[in-house]
Amino acid sequence: MAFTKKDVTLSEDRPKTLLLQKHSDYLASYGLNKDDYEYCMTEYLRMSGIYWSLTAMELMNQSSRMPKEEIIEFITSCQDKESGGISASIGHDPHMLYTLSAIQVLAMYDRVNAIDVEGVVRYVASMQQEDGSFFGDKWGEVDTRFSFCAVMCLSLLHRLDAININKAVDFVLSCMNFDGGFGSKPGSESHAGLIYCCVGTLSICKRMDALHADELAWWLCERQLPSGGLNGRPEKLPDLCYSWWVMSSLSMLNRIHWVDKKNLEQFILACQDPETGGFSDRPGDITDPFHTLFGLAGLSLLGNENIKPVNPTYCMPQETIDRLKLEPQILLI
Amino acid sequence: MSDSGDSDVSWIFYKDRPEWSDLTPVPENDGPKPVVVIAHSEKFEDVYDYFRAILQNNEKSERALQLTKDAVELNPANYTVWQYRRDLLQALGTDLKSELDYVEAVIKQSPKNYQVWHHRRVLVEWLKDSSLELELTRDALLQDPKNYHAWQHRQWAIKTFGLFDKEMEFVDNLISEDVRNNSAWNQRYFVMNNHHGWTDMNVQKEICYTLEKIKFVKNNESAWNYLRGVLLHDKKGISGNTIVTSFCEELYLNKCRSPYLLAFLIDICEEAIKKEETNSLYNAQRALELCQSLATKYDKIRSKYWNFIGEKFRKYQKSENI
Repeated sequence: MAFTKKDVTLSEDRPKTLLLQKHSDYLASYGLNKDDYEYCMTEYLRMSGIYWSLTAMELMNQSSRMPKEEIIEFITSCQDKESGGISASIGHDPHMLYTLSAIQVLAMYDRVNAIDVEGVVRYVASMQQEDGSFFGDKWGEVDTRFSFCAVMCLSLLHRLDAININKAVDFVLSCMNFDGGFGSKPGSESHAGLIYCCVGTLSICKRMDALHADELAWWLCERQLPSGGLNGRPEKLPDLCYSWWVMSSLSMLNRIHWVDKKNLEQFILACQDPETGGFSDRPGDITDPFHTLFGLAGLSLLGNENIKPVNPTYCMPQETIDRLKLEPQILLI
Repeated sequence: MSDSGDSDVSWIFYKDRPEWSDLTPVPENDGPKPVVVIAHSEKFEDVYDYFRAILQNNEKSERALQLTKDAVELNPANYTVWQYRRDLLQALGTDLKSELDYVEAVIKQSPKNYQVWHHRRVLVEWLKDSSLELELTRDALLQDPKNYHAWQHRQWAIKTFGLFDKEMEFVDNLISEDVRNNSAWNQRYFVMNNHHGWTDMNVQKEICYTLEKIKFVKNNESAWNYLRGVLLHDKKGISGNTIVTSFCEELYLNKCRSPYLLAFLIDICEEAIKKEETNSLYNAQRALELCQSLATKYDKIRSKYWNFIGEKFRKYQKSENI
């Protein structure tokens, strides 16, 4: 009992090599031959779906397979004239999550001017609260995810001046827990996905010095299980998306070498579906664009040379971040 | 599991309902083609076509409220439906108590959904009545003791309405049921931090409680992390509390080699070095040996980490020798 852990076992017949062509085909046809019911179920997060797919395609150098002009037109029609925010799909309400996804896509295409940039800046700034936190939409849900959305979005537009950065940082730091990790709000449990959001916010705001780096990095390393995969909280099952959230955080902390890269790579590769293409949360499950992006981005951080370098803060190709002359902070050891 | 697909025989499409015949359905405005070519399930398409129609006309009516229920049932994660439902509740002056019952039922079906929990919170704020929240979250946590949404809602209700009184009892029960439940340990810290406070006596009490739990299961990351958290409030640090250090040494003598115990001993060594209070037990040499045993035997998957930490102690050793 004392040494049991929740984990999965990798089978011998698992995929052991990277099936790039399969993934490119999978994403190119996603929505064409996808189960229809599931597809319309995802309308409410379409904008993020486009970001996941396009970024994955960019990392594979296959983005020409995506319908660029139609995507840009779609984004334009998702911008709310009044608030300036962007919604998941046409006719939906604007939200910080989808505003960020849209800006990320436009930044990769170098076409941010296709939308009303000032409107987006106004929208994001209007979500900041007195304590420095951010709402996700007009209904007032507060979460450190939205802090990250705000600073990432504005930095991609070179308009960080539109918000109170010090207060934004203070709020994020108020969510730091006794174990060095971060949750969604002050007092909420540490969670690897939210740690990524908080570390990312500090990276963009160049305040990485405020972290308890060694303590936090150790907590992140503890997420690795014997299968090689990473979980998001103690005593939870491994999930491929944490390969991104944990590894990108460790990259920003400059401590990525603390995990067992070989084992993690095996786990990520095992999450591929050799028939349909794409990656899933755990070996044998159904694949989706979300896990496909984080699988590829994770492999990129591990140094796979068939995938373009990804920026750990932005989860976008490094070449885009360089073109925009952005320099998110990486901690010096 | 409830089936929201097309198997429901008694279902009548909105397009076939006479009371809806005044409205023209609005199909989804397709986005970029290869990303969005859709042949929706018929029921889903029907409901959402009419939802888009009421949205477009800004129709505030009882039938619209009913329609949002069908739309939620088909996809509880659609945040626009929930937002419109709240607009409707306000415009129609609907009884919010019955809405509480309704959202409770949806939470039971979709306990891991941001939108439902947020809807619940808005209702509680409107009603300024938190009397049902502890029970609601307790039920959700019985189903899944680590449900992040339920914990967030519970913390919010406790903090906003001052419901701390029986929370420690609740936490005790959860930890007794599963001593590795990290969410429960986090809640323990939350209650101590926001309610009981870290007086010297409380710090000692929490230390004793945690050591008891570690004695029961030694390889428990959550309990060891909590112990560190408590010791942040101990003026003597993590190396100065003899109850803690003798507990650890006893475990070690009894051949316990849990990576968390060894890591803790390393931290005690480091603090002793920094305070210049090294002794025969806590010094750079011992820390280095512990790092080596973790890297090569007890925590091999993190060998790179332990080698890195080991290097730090090698440097301490050198400066000790100068």
